[in-house]
Amino acid sequence: MKPPKFAYHAPQSLTEALQTLAGVGDEAVLLAGGQSLLPLLNMRLASPAHVVDLGRVPGLDDIRVTNGHAEVGAMVTHRRMEVDPLIAHAVPLAQKAAGYVGFRAIRNRGTVGGSVAHADPAAEWPLVLLTLDGEIELTSANGSRTIRADDFFESVYSTAKRSDEVVTSVRFGTRFERNWGFWEFQRRTGDFATVAVAVACVVEGGSVTEARVGIAGAAEKPVRCTTAEQALLAGSTSAASEAAAAAQDAVDPYDDVHGSSSYRKRLVFAATKRAATQALGHHYGVLDHA
Amino acid sequence: MREVHVTVNGASAAAAIDPRMLLSDFLRDRLGLTGTHVGCEHGYCGSCTVLVDGASTRSCLTLAVQVDGKSVHTVESLAAHGAELHPIQQALKDCHGLQCGFCTPGLLMSVAELASNGSTCTRDEIREHLAGNTCRCTGYQHIVDAVEQVMRSLRSEAVDVS
Ligand SMILES: Cc1cc2nc3c(=O)[nH]c(=O)nc-3n(C[C@H](O)[C@H](O)[C@H](O)COP(=O)(O)OP(=O)(O)OC[C@H]3O[C@@H](n4cnc5c(N)ncnc54)[C@H](O)[C@@H]3O)c2cc1C
Ligand code: FES
Ligand code: FES
Repeated sequence: MKPPKFAYHAPQSLTEALQTLAGVGDEAVLLAGGQSLLPLLNMRLASPAHVVDLGRVPGLDDIRVTNGHAEVGAMVTHRRMEVDPLIAHAVPLAQKAAGYVGFRAIRNRGTVGGSVAHADPAAEWPLVLLTLDGEIELTSANGSRTIRADDFFESVYSTAKRSDEVVTSVRFGTRFERNWGFWEFQRRTGDFATVAVAVACVVEGGSVTEARVGIAGAAEKPVRCTTAEQALLAGSTSAASEAAAAAQDAVDPYDDVHGSSSYRKRLVFAATKRAATQALGHHYGVLDHA
Repeated sequence: MREVHVTVNGASAAAAIDPRMLLSDFLRDRLGLTGTHVGCEHGYCGSCTVLVDGASTRSCLTLAVQVDGKSVHTVESLAAHGAELHPIQQALKDCHGLQCGFCTPGLLMSVAELASNGSTCTRDEIREHLAGNTCRCTGYQHIVDAVEQVMRSLRSEAVDVS
Protein backbone atom coordinates (compact mmCIF):
# COMPACT_ATOMS: atom_id res chain seq x y z
CA MET A 1 0.00 0.00 0.00
CA LYS A 2 1.34 3.39 -0.92
CA PRO A 3 0.10 5.66 1.90
CA PRO A 4 1.81 5.23 5.28
CA LYS A 5 -0.13 3.88 8.26
CA PHE A 6 -2.39 6.29 10.15
CA ALA A 7 -5.33 6.17 12.54
CA TYR A 8 -8.52 7.11 10.69
CA HIS A 9 -11.31 9.18 12.26
CA ALA A 10 -14.66 9.79 10.58
CA PRO A 11 -16.49 12.28 12.80
CA GLN A 12 -20.22 12.69 12.19
CA SER A 13 -20.44 16.32 13.31
CA LEU A 14 -18.28 19.45 13.39
CA THR A 15 -18.19 19.33 17.20
CA GLU A 16 -16.86 15.79 17.09
CA ALA A 17 -14.28 16.75 14.45
CA LEU A 18 -13.08 19.70 16.54
CA GLN A 19 -12.83 17.56 19.67
CA THR A 20 -10.85 14.93 17.79
CA LEU A 21 -8.51 17.62 16.46
CA ALA A 22 -8.08 19.18 19.90
CA GLY A 23 -7.27 15.72 21.29
CA VAL A 24 -4.61 14.70 18.76
CA GLY A 25 -3.40 18.19 17.74
CA ASP A 26 -0.23 18.49 15.68
CA GLU A 27 -0.22 14.79 14.85
CA ALA A 28 -3.42 15.06 12.77
CA VAL A 29 -4.32 16.21 9.28
CA LEU A 30 -7.81 16.86 7.99
CA LEU A 31 -9.00 15.04 4.89
CA ALA A 32 -11.41 16.92 2.60
CA GLY A 33 -11.37 15.96 -1.11
CA GLY A 34 -7.95 14.36 -0.77
CA GLN A 35 -6.75 15.78 -4.09
CA SER A 36 -3.68 17.36 -2.52
CA LEU A 37 -3.33 15.17 0.57
CA LEU A 38 -3.49 11.79 -1.21
CA PRO A 39 -0.60 12.58 -3.60
CA LEU A 40 1.44 13.59 -0.53
CA LEU A 41 0.52 10.34 1.23
CA ASN A 42 1.13 8.23 -1.90
CA MET A 43 4.59 9.73 -2.27
CA ARG A 44 5.09 9.50 1.50
CA LEU A 45 5.92 13.17 1.69
CA ALA A 46 3.45 13.31 4.59
CA SER A 47 3.04 10.70 7.32
CA PRO A 48 0.43 11.94 9.76
CA ALA A 49 -0.37 9.80 12.80
CA HIS A 50 -4.08 10.67 12.48
CA VAL A 51 -6.32 11.48 9.54
CA VAL A 52 -9.62 13.21 10.37
CA ASP A 53 -12.07 12.84 7.46
CA LEU A 54 -14.49 15.76 7.03
CA GLY A 55 -16.50 13.80 4.46
CA ARG A 56 -19.29 12.88 6.88
CA VAL A 57 -19.55 16.21 8.68
CA PRO A 58 -22.85 17.85 7.76
CA GLY A 59 -23.33 21.59 7.26
CA LEU A 60 -20.05 22.37 5.49
CA ASP A 61 -21.40 22.50 1.94
CA ASP A 62 -23.83 25.41 1.88
CA ILE A 63 -23.66 28.26 -0.62
CA ARG A 64 -25.39 31.47 0.54
CA VAL A 65 -25.43 35.00 -0.77
CA THR A 66 -25.91 37.54 2.01
CA ASN A 67 -25.20 41.24 2.49
CA GLY A 68 -22.19 41.86 0.32
CA HIS A 69 -20.78 38.34 0.42
CA ALA A 70 -21.12 34.94 -1.17
CA GLU A 71 -20.49 32.49 1.64
CA VAL A 72 -19.21 29.09 0.55
CA GLY A 73 -18.89 26.10 2.90
CA ALA A 74 -15.43 24.57 3.09
CA MET A 75 -16.55 21.23 1.60
CA VAL A 76 -18.10 22.75 -1.55
CA THR A 77 -16.29 21.17 -4.50
CA HIS A 78 -14.55 23.01 -7.32
CA ARG A 79 -17.10 21.45 -9.68
CA ARG A 80 -20.05 22.89 -7.76
CA MET A 81 -18.46 26.34 -7.97
CA GLU A 82 -18.28 25.85 -11.73
CA VAL A 83 -21.99 25.06 -12.15
CA ASP A 84 -23.84 26.65 -9.23
CA PRO A 85 -26.24 29.38 -10.44
CA LEU A 86 -25.87 31.50 -7.27
CA ILE A 87 -22.10 31.60 -7.76
CA ALA A 88 -22.45 32.41 -11.47
CA HIS A 89 -24.68 35.34 -10.58
CA ALA A 90 -23.01 36.77 -7.46
CA VAL A 91 -19.31 36.02 -8.07
CA PRO A 92 -18.84 35.27 -11.78
CA LEU A 93 -15.07 35.63 -11.34
CA ALA A 94 -15.16 32.63 -8.98
CA GLN A 95 -17.19 30.63 -11.46
CA LYS A 96 -14.73 31.44 -14.23
CA ALA A 97 -11.70 30.49 -12.11
CA ALA A 98 -13.28 27.21 -10.94
CA GLY A 99 -13.02 25.75 -14.45
CA TYR A 100 -9.24 26.18 -14.37
CA VAL A 101 -8.71 23.97 -11.31
CA GLY A 102 -7.20 20.68 -12.47
CA PHE A 103 -9.23 18.18 -14.47
CA ARG A 104 -12.93 17.33 -14.18
CA ALA A 105 -12.24 14.32 -11.92
CA ILE A 106 -10.14 16.53 -9.61
CA ARG A 107 -12.86 19.20 -9.56
CA ASN A 108 -15.49 16.59 -8.71
CA ARG A 109 -13.75 15.80 -5.42
CA GLY A 110 -11.43 18.68 -4.47
CA THR A 111 -12.87 21.37 -2.21
CA VAL A 112 -12.59 25.13 -1.82
CA GLY A 113 -11.69 24.79 1.88
CA GLY A 114 -8.99 22.23 1.10
CA SER A 115 -7.43 24.45 -1.54
CA VAL A 116 -7.42 27.47 0.77
CA ALA A 117 -5.91 25.46 3.66
CA HIS A 118 -3.33 23.86 1.36
CA ALA A 119 -2.27 27.31 0.01
CA ASP A 120 -0.40 26.35 -3.13
CA PRO A 121 1.09 29.60 -4.49
CA ALA A 122 -0.33 28.90 -7.97
CA ALA A 123 -3.81 27.80 -6.85
CA GLU A 124 -6.94 29.60 -8.02
CA TRP A 125 -8.98 29.90 -4.79
CA PRO A 126 -6.38 31.79 -2.73
CA LEU A 127 -5.96 34.19 -5.68
CA VAL A 128 -9.68 34.73 -6.18
CA LEU A 129 -10.36 35.17 -2.45
CA LEU A 130 -7.58 37.74 -2.19
CA THR A 131 -8.82 39.63 -5.24
CA LEU A 132 -12.47 39.65 -4.18
CA ASP A 133 -11.59 41.00 -0.70
CA GLY A 134 -12.54 37.65 0.79
CA GLU A 135 -12.51 36.26 4.29
CA ILE A 136 -11.79 32.85 5.77
CA GLU A 137 -13.76 31.53 8.74
CA LEU A 138 -11.76 29.30 11.09
CA THR A 139 -13.35 27.23 13.82
CA SER A 140 -11.76 25.39 16.73
CA ALA A 141 -13.11 23.81 19.92
CA ASN A 142 -12.75 27.31 21.45
CA GLY A 143 -14.92 29.13 18.89
CA SER A 144 -14.67 30.84 15.51
CA ARG A 145 -12.66 33.69 14.10
CA THR A 146 -12.61 35.36 10.71
CA ILE A 147 -9.43 36.42 8.90
CA ARG A 148 -9.21 38.56 5.79
CA ALA A 149 -7.60 36.84 2.81
CA ASP A 150 -5.05 39.71 2.81
CA ASP A 151 -3.76 38.37 6.16
CA PHE A 152 -4.41 34.63 5.80
CA PHE A 153 -1.88 33.42 3.21
CA GLU A 154 1.68 33.50 4.55
CA SER A 155 3.93 31.50 2.24
CA VAL A 156 4.14 28.28 0.21
CA TYR A 157 1.68 25.84 1.85
CA SER A 158 1.53 28.04 4.93
CA THR A 159 -1.30 30.12 6.36
CA ALA A 160 -2.45 31.79 9.58
CA LYS A 161 -4.56 28.71 10.42
CA ARG A 162 -3.62 26.91 13.65
CA SER A 163 -3.44 23.10 13.69
CA ASP A 164 -6.52 22.84 15.95
CA GLU A 165 -8.62 24.90 13.50
CA VAL A 166 -10.86 23.86 10.62
CA VAL A 167 -11.62 26.17 7.70
CA THR A 168 -15.41 26.12 7.93
CA SER A 169 -16.30 28.61 5.19
CA VAL A 170 -14.94 31.32 2.95
CA ARG A 171 -16.62 34.56 1.87
CA PHE A 172 -16.13 36.30 -1.45
CA GLY A 173 -17.04 39.99 -1.83
CA THR A 174 -19.92 40.36 -4.30
CA ARG A 175 -19.53 44.08 -5.10
CA PHE A 176 -17.25 43.29 -8.06
CA GLU A 177 -19.87 41.28 -9.90
CA ARG A 178 -19.87 43.55 -12.97
CA ASN A 179 -16.25 44.54 -13.36
CA TRP A 180 -13.87 41.65 -13.13
CA GLY A 181 -11.30 39.88 -15.27
CA PHE A 182 -9.34 36.66 -15.07
CA TRP A 183 -6.55 35.33 -17.23
CA GLU A 184 -4.42 32.29 -16.64
CA PHE A 185 -1.62 30.58 -18.51
CA GLN A 186 -1.26 26.83 -18.02
CA ARG A 187 1.15 24.70 -20.02
CA ARG A 188 -1.49 22.01 -20.55
CA THR A 189 -5.21 22.14 -19.78
CA GLY A 190 -5.64 21.18 -16.13
CA ASP A 191 -2.11 21.99 -14.98
CA PHE A 192 -1.51 24.44 -12.18
CA ALA A 193 -1.18 28.01 -13.45
CA THR A 194 2.25 29.18 -14.51
CA VAL A 195 0.85 32.67 -13.90
CA ALA A 196 -2.73 33.75 -13.22
CA VAL A 197 -4.06 37.28 -12.69
CA ALA A 198 -7.46 38.33 -11.37
CA VAL A 199 -8.76 41.90 -11.45
CA ALA A 200 -11.84 43.19 -9.61
CA CYS A 201 -13.14 46.75 -9.79
CA VAL A 202 -16.08 48.81 -8.65
CA VAL A 203 -17.11 51.35 -11.28
CA GLU A 204 -19.46 54.19 -10.29
CA GLY A 205 -20.59 56.99 -12.57
CA GLY A 206 -18.04 55.99 -15.19
CA SER A 207 -15.01 56.03 -12.88
CA VAL A 208 -13.19 53.28 -11.05
CA THR A 209 -13.74 53.77 -7.31
CA GLU A 210 -12.11 50.54 -6.12
CA ALA A 211 -9.58 48.27 -7.83
CA ARG A 212 -7.93 45.05 -6.71
CA VAL A 213 -5.29 43.22 -8.73
CA GLY A 214 -4.18 39.75 -7.57
CA ILE A 215 -1.30 37.75 -9.04
CA ALA A 216 -0.55 34.04 -8.55
CA GLY A 217 2.52 32.17 -9.71
CA ALA A 218 4.91 35.05 -9.21
CA ALA A 219 5.72 34.77 -5.50
CA GLU A 220 5.49 32.31 -2.61
CA LYS A 221 1.84 33.30 -2.14
CA PRO A 222 -0.76 35.17 -4.18
CA VAL A 223 -0.04 38.90 -3.96
CA ARG A 224 -1.88 42.13 -4.63
CA CYS A 225 -0.19 44.76 -6.72
CA THR A 226 -1.01 48.21 -5.34
CA THR A 227 0.78 50.13 -8.09
CA ALA A 228 -1.33 48.33 -10.72
CA GLU A 229 -4.45 49.10 -8.65
CA GLN A 230 -3.48 52.80 -8.58
CA ALA A 231 -3.13 52.80 -12.37
CA LEU A 232 -6.67 51.45 -12.69
CA LEU A 233 -7.99 54.02 -10.20
CA ALA A 234 -6.26 56.85 -12.09
CA GLY A 235 -8.45 55.87 -15.01
CA SER A 236 -6.46 57.02 -18.04
CA THR A 237 -7.48 55.66 -21.44
CA SER A 238 -4.50 53.31 -21.32
CA ALA A 239 -5.14 52.18 -17.73
CA ALA A 240 -4.95 48.45 -18.52
CA SER A 241 -1.49 48.77 -20.14
CA GLU A 242 -0.27 50.98 -17.31
CA ALA A 243 -1.50 48.46 -14.75
CA ALA A 244 0.24 45.67 -16.69
CA ALA A 245 3.54 47.56 -16.76
CA ALA A 246 3.23 48.32 -13.05
CA ALA A 247 2.53 44.67 -12.26
CA GLN A 248 5.47 43.47 -14.33
CA ASP A 249 7.75 45.91 -12.47
CA ALA A 250 6.43 44.95 -9.06
CA VAL A 251 6.91 41.20 -9.20
CA ASP A 252 10.13 39.30 -8.67
CA PRO A 253 9.10 35.76 -9.63
CA TYR A 254 10.88 32.50 -8.92
CA ASP A 255 12.51 30.32 -11.57
CA ASP A 256 11.35 26.74 -11.95
CA VAL A 257 10.93 24.07 -14.63
CA HIS A 258 7.68 25.70 -15.77
CA GLY A 259 9.25 29.07 -16.49
CA SER A 260 12.16 31.35 -15.75
CA SER A 261 11.73 34.50 -13.71
CA SER A 262 11.90 36.79 -16.75
CA TYR A 263 9.39 34.65 -18.64
CA ARG A 264 6.97 34.82 -15.72
CA LYS A 265 7.41 38.60 -15.58
CA ARG A 266 6.30 38.82 -19.20
CA LEU A 267 3.38 36.52 -18.49
CA VAL A 268 2.40 38.81 -15.60
CA PHE A 269 2.34 41.72 -18.05
CA ALA A 270 0.19 39.88 -20.60
CA ALA A 271 -2.15 38.40 -17.99
CA THR A 272 -2.66 41.70 -16.17
CA LYS A 273 -3.33 43.57 -19.39
CA ARG A 274 -5.95 41.05 -20.49
CA ALA A 275 -7.63 40.69 -17.10
CA ALA A 276 -7.73 44.47 -16.59
CA THR A 277 -9.12 45.05 -20.08
CA GLN A 278 -11.88 42.56 -19.33
CA ALA A 279 -12.59 44.13 -15.95
CA LEU A 280 -12.91 47.63 -17.36
CA GLY A 281 -14.96 46.52 -20.33
CA HIS A 282 -17.35 44.24 -18.55
CA HIS A 283 -21.00 44.81 -18.31
CA TYR A 284 -23.18 42.21 -16.76
CA GLY A 285 -24.61 39.87 -19.36
CA VAL A 286 -22.04 40.44 -22.06
CA LEU A 287 -19.10 38.58 -20.65
CA ASP A 288 -16.60 38.08 -23.39
CA HIS A 289 -13.94 35.67 -22.24
CA ALA A 290 -11.71 33.87 -24.65
CA MET B 1 -9.22 -2.29 10.20
CA ARG B 2 -12.47 -0.72 9.22
CA GLU B 3 -15.62 -2.20 7.74
CA VAL B 4 -16.80 -0.68 4.43
CA HIS B 5 -19.95 -1.35 2.41
CA VAL B 6 -19.75 -0.22 -1.18
CA THR B 7 -22.01 -0.88 -4.15
CA VAL B 8 -19.70 -1.77 -7.01
CA ASN B 9 -21.22 -2.11 -10.47
CA GLY B 10 -24.61 -2.63 -8.87
CA ALA B 11 -23.57 -5.41 -6.47
CA SER B 12 -22.91 -4.78 -2.81
CA ALA B 13 -19.44 -5.50 -1.49
CA ALA B 14 -18.38 -5.47 2.16
CA ALA B 15 -14.86 -5.83 3.50
CA ALA B 16 -12.73 -5.03 6.52
CA ILE B 17 -9.83 -2.96 5.25
CA ASP B 18 -6.87 -0.94 6.43
CA PRO B 19 -8.04 2.73 6.22
CA ARG B 20 -5.00 3.63 4.14
CA MET B 21 -6.08 1.31 1.31
CA LEU B 22 -6.65 3.25 -1.91
CA LEU B 23 -9.88 2.73 -3.81
CA SER B 24 -7.81 1.56 -6.81
CA ASP B 25 -6.16 -1.17 -4.71
CA PHE B 26 -9.50 -2.11 -3.16
CA LEU B 27 -11.07 -2.59 -6.59
CA ARG B 28 -8.12 -4.45 -8.07
CA ASP B 29 -6.75 -6.49 -5.18
CA ARG B 30 -9.82 -7.08 -3.03
CA LEU B 31 -12.55 -7.32 -5.63
CA GLY B 32 -10.42 -8.61 -8.51
CA LEU B 33 -11.66 -5.84 -10.81
CA THR B 34 -8.38 -5.30 -12.61
CA GLY B 35 -9.98 -3.32 -15.43
CA THR B 36 -9.21 -0.17 -13.44
CA HIS B 37 -5.59 0.56 -14.31
CA VAL B 38 -3.01 2.28 -12.17
CA GLY B 39 -0.36 4.47 -13.78
CA CYS B 40 1.00 7.52 -12.02
CA GLU B 41 -0.84 7.24 -8.69
CA HIS B 42 -0.87 10.98 -8.19
CA GLY B 43 -3.83 12.13 -10.19
CA TYR B 44 -2.34 13.04 -13.55
CA CYS B 45 -2.70 10.16 -16.00
CA GLY B 46 -6.40 9.32 -15.50
CA SER B 47 -6.07 5.57 -16.14
CA CYS B 48 -7.58 4.83 -12.70
CA THR B 49 -10.74 6.92 -13.29
CA VAL B 50 -13.99 5.38 -12.00
CA LEU B 51 -17.41 6.87 -11.31
CA VAL B 52 -18.43 7.51 -7.68
CA ASP B 53 -22.14 8.30 -7.48
CA GLY B 54 -21.90 9.11 -11.21
CA ALA B 55 -18.99 11.57 -10.94
CA SER B 56 -15.57 10.76 -12.40
CA THR B 57 -13.08 10.17 -9.62
CA ARG B 58 -9.40 9.27 -9.41
CA SER B 59 -9.42 5.95 -7.59
CA CYS B 60 -5.70 6.46 -6.85
CA LEU B 61 -6.49 9.67 -4.93
CA THR B 62 -9.42 8.27 -2.98
CA LEU B 63 -9.30 6.08 0.10
CA ALA B 64 -11.67 3.13 -0.03
CA VAL B 65 -13.09 4.26 3.34
CA GLN B 66 -14.17 7.52 1.68
CA VAL B 67 -16.63 5.70 -0.57
CA ASP B 68 -18.26 3.73 2.25
CA GLY B 69 -22.00 3.73 1.51
CA LYS B 70 -21.54 5.02 -2.04
CA SER B 71 -21.97 3.56 -5.50
CA VAL B 72 -18.91 2.93 -7.68
CA HIS B 73 -18.87 2.05 -11.36
CA THR B 74 -15.76 0.66 -13.03
CA VAL B 75 -15.07 -0.19 -16.65
CA GLU B 76 -16.37 -3.72 -15.97
CA SER B 77 -19.88 -2.24 -15.71
CA LEU B 78 -19.94 -1.21 -19.37
CA ALA B 79 -20.16 -4.68 -20.90
CA ALA B 80 -20.75 -7.46 -18.43
CA HIS B 81 -19.11 -10.86 -19.13
CA GLY B 82 -19.81 -11.91 -22.67
CA ALA B 83 -22.22 -9.08 -23.35
CA GLU B 84 -22.00 -6.90 -26.42
CA LEU B 85 -19.68 -3.94 -26.26
CA HIS B 86 -21.15 -0.79 -24.78
CA PRO B 87 -21.73 1.89 -27.47
CA ILE B 88 -18.78 3.88 -26.12
CA GLN B 89 -16.49 0.85 -26.38
CA GLN B 90 -17.82 0.01 -29.84
CA ALA B 91 -17.19 3.58 -31.03
CA LEU B 92 -13.63 3.49 -29.68
CA LYS B 93 -13.07 0.21 -31.51
CA ASP B 94 -14.66 1.45 -34.75
CA CYS B 95 -12.63 4.67 -34.79
CA HIS B 96 -9.31 3.08 -33.76
CA GLY B 97 -9.40 5.04 -30.52
CA LEU B 98 -7.10 2.62 -28.71
CA GLN B 99 -3.85 0.82 -29.30
CA CYS B 100 -2.20 -0.68 -26.19
CA GLY B 101 -5.34 -0.10 -24.15
CA PHE B 102 -3.65 1.02 -20.95
CA CYS B 103 -5.47 4.35 -20.78
CA THR B 104 -8.73 2.96 -22.14
CA PRO B 105 -10.61 1.93 -18.94
CA GLY B 106 -10.18 5.37 -17.36
CA LEU B 107 -10.90 7.09 -20.63
CA LEU B 108 -14.13 5.13 -21.05
CA MET B 109 -15.34 6.17 -17.61
CA SER B 110 -14.57 9.84 -18.34
CA VAL B 111 -16.50 9.57 -21.59
CA ALA B 112 -19.36 7.83 -19.77
CA GLU B 113 -19.61 10.85 -17.46
CA LEU B 114 -19.57 13.26 -20.41
CA ALA B 115 -22.20 11.29 -22.34
CA SER B 116 -24.41 10.52 -19.35
CA ASN B 117 -26.81 13.42 -19.87
CA GLY B 118 -27.37 12.75 -23.56
CA SER B 119 -26.01 16.12 -24.72
CA THR B 120 -23.50 16.68 -27.52
CA CYS B 121 -20.24 18.62 -27.34
CA THR B 122 -17.89 20.33 -29.74
CA ARG B 123 -14.51 18.75 -30.43
CA ASP B 124 -12.92 21.40 -28.23
CA GLU B 125 -15.24 20.59 -25.37
CA ILE B 126 -14.47 16.88 -25.76
CA ARG B 127 -10.74 17.61 -25.68
CA GLU B 128 -11.18 19.82 -22.63
CA HIS B 129 -13.15 17.12 -20.80
CA LEU B 130 -10.59 14.45 -21.66
CA ALA B 131 -7.56 16.61 -20.77
CA GLY B 132 -7.16 14.51 -17.64
CA ASN B 133 -6.80 11.23 -19.54
CA THR B 134 -3.31 10.76 -20.92
CA CYS B 135 -2.91 8.44 -23.92
CA ARG B 136 0.61 7.71 -25.14
CA CYS B 137 -0.48 5.77 -28.23
CA THR B 138 -3.27 7.26 -30.26
CA GLY B 139 -2.50 10.95 -30.56
CA TYR B 140 -6.09 11.60 -29.40
CA GLN B 141 -7.52 12.34 -32.85
CA HIS B 142 -9.28 8.97 -33.10
CA ILE B 143 -10.47 9.20 -29.50
CA VAL B 144 -12.18 12.50 -30.22
CA ASP B 145 -13.69 10.98 -33.38
CA ALA B 146 -15.08 8.11 -31.31
CA VAL B 147 -16.60 10.38 -28.70
CA GLU B 148 -18.21 12.50 -31.40
CA GLN B 149 -19.63 9.37 -32.99
CA VAL B 150 -21.07 8.02 -29.76
CA MET B 151 -22.56 11.37 -28.81
CA ARG B 152 -24.23 11.63 -32.20
CA SER B 153 -25.69 8.15 -31.95
CA LEU B 154 -26.89 8.62 -28.40
CA ARG B 155 -28.07 12.19 -28.73
CA SER B 156 -31.59 11.54 -27.59
CA GLU B 157 -31.00 8.84 -24.99
CA ALA B 158 -28.88 9.03 -21.87
CA VAL B 159 -25.97 6.59 -21.73
CA ASP B 160 -26.73 3.98 -19.13
CA VAL B 161 -23.69 3.07 -17.10
CA SER B 162 -25.49 1.17 -14.38
C1 LIG C 1 -3.73 16.35 -11.09
C2 LIG C 1 -4.07 17.50 -10.19
C3 LIG C 1 -4.18 18.78 -10.71
C4 LIG C 1 -4.50 19.85 -9.89
N1 LIG C 1 -4.59 21.09 -10.43
C5 LIG C 1 -4.91 22.14 -9.64
C6 LIG C 1 -5.02 23.45 -10.18
O1 LIG C 1 -4.84 23.67 -11.38
N2 LIG C 1 -5.33 24.46 -9.33
C7 LIG C 1 -5.54 24.25 -7.99
O2 LIG C 1 -5.83 25.19 -7.27
N3 LIG C 1 -5.46 23.03 -7.46
C8 LIG C 1 -5.14 21.97 -8.25
N4 LIG C 1 -5.05 20.73 -7.68
C9 LIG C 1 -5.28 20.58 -6.23
C10 LIG C 1 -6.76 20.51 -5.93
O3 LIG C 1 -7.36 21.75 -6.18
C11 LIG C 1 -7.10 20.14 -4.49
O4 LIG C 1 -8.46 19.81 -4.50
C12 LIG C 1 -6.92 21.19 -3.43
O5 LIG C 1 -5.64 21.74 -3.46
C13 LIG C 1 -7.10 20.60 -2.03
O6 LIG C 1 -8.46 20.40 -1.75
P1 LIG C 1 -8.95 19.00 -1.20
O7 LIG C 1 -10.36 19.19 -0.80
O8 LIG C 1 -8.66 17.96 -2.18
O9 LIG C 1 -8.08 18.88 0.14
P2 LIG C 1 -7.24 17.69 0.76
O10 LIG C 1 -6.29 17.13 -0.23
O11 LIG C 1 -8.16 16.76 1.44
O12 LIG C 1 -6.44 18.51 1.85
C14 LIG C 1 -5.38 19.39 1.51
C15 LIG C 1 -4.80 20.02 2.78
O13 LIG C 1 -5.72 20.94 3.35
C16 LIG C 1 -6.10 20.53 4.66
N5 LIG C 1 -7.56 20.76 4.75
C17 LIG C 1 -8.50 20.30 3.90
N6 LIG C 1 -9.72 20.79 4.22
C18 LIG C 1 -9.53 21.57 5.30
C19 LIG C 1 -10.41 22.37 6.09
N7 LIG C 1 -11.72 22.47 5.82
N8 LIG C 1 -9.90 23.05 7.13
C20 LIG C 1 -8.58 22.98 7.40
N9 LIG C 1 -7.69 22.26 6.70
C21 LIG C 1 -8.16 21.56 5.65
C22 LIG C 1 -5.71 19.08 4.75
O14 LIG C 1 -5.41 18.72 6.09
C23 LIG C 1 -4.50 19.01 3.87
O15 LIG C 1 -3.36 19.45 4.57
C24 LIG C 1 -4.73 19.63 -8.49
C25 LIG C 1 -4.63 18.35 -7.96
C26 LIG C 1 -4.30 17.29 -8.79
C27 LIG C 1 -4.18 15.93 -8.20
S1 FES D 1 -3.17 6.32 -11.57
FE1 FES D 1 -4.70 7.67 -10.88
S2 FES D 1 -4.46 9.35 -12.17
FE2 FES D 1 -2.75 8.12 -12.73
S1 FES E 1 -4.02 3.28 -26.05
FE1 FES E 1 -2.02 3.09 -25.25
S2 FES E 1 -2.03 4.69 -23.77
FE2 FES E 1 -3.87 5.02 -24.78
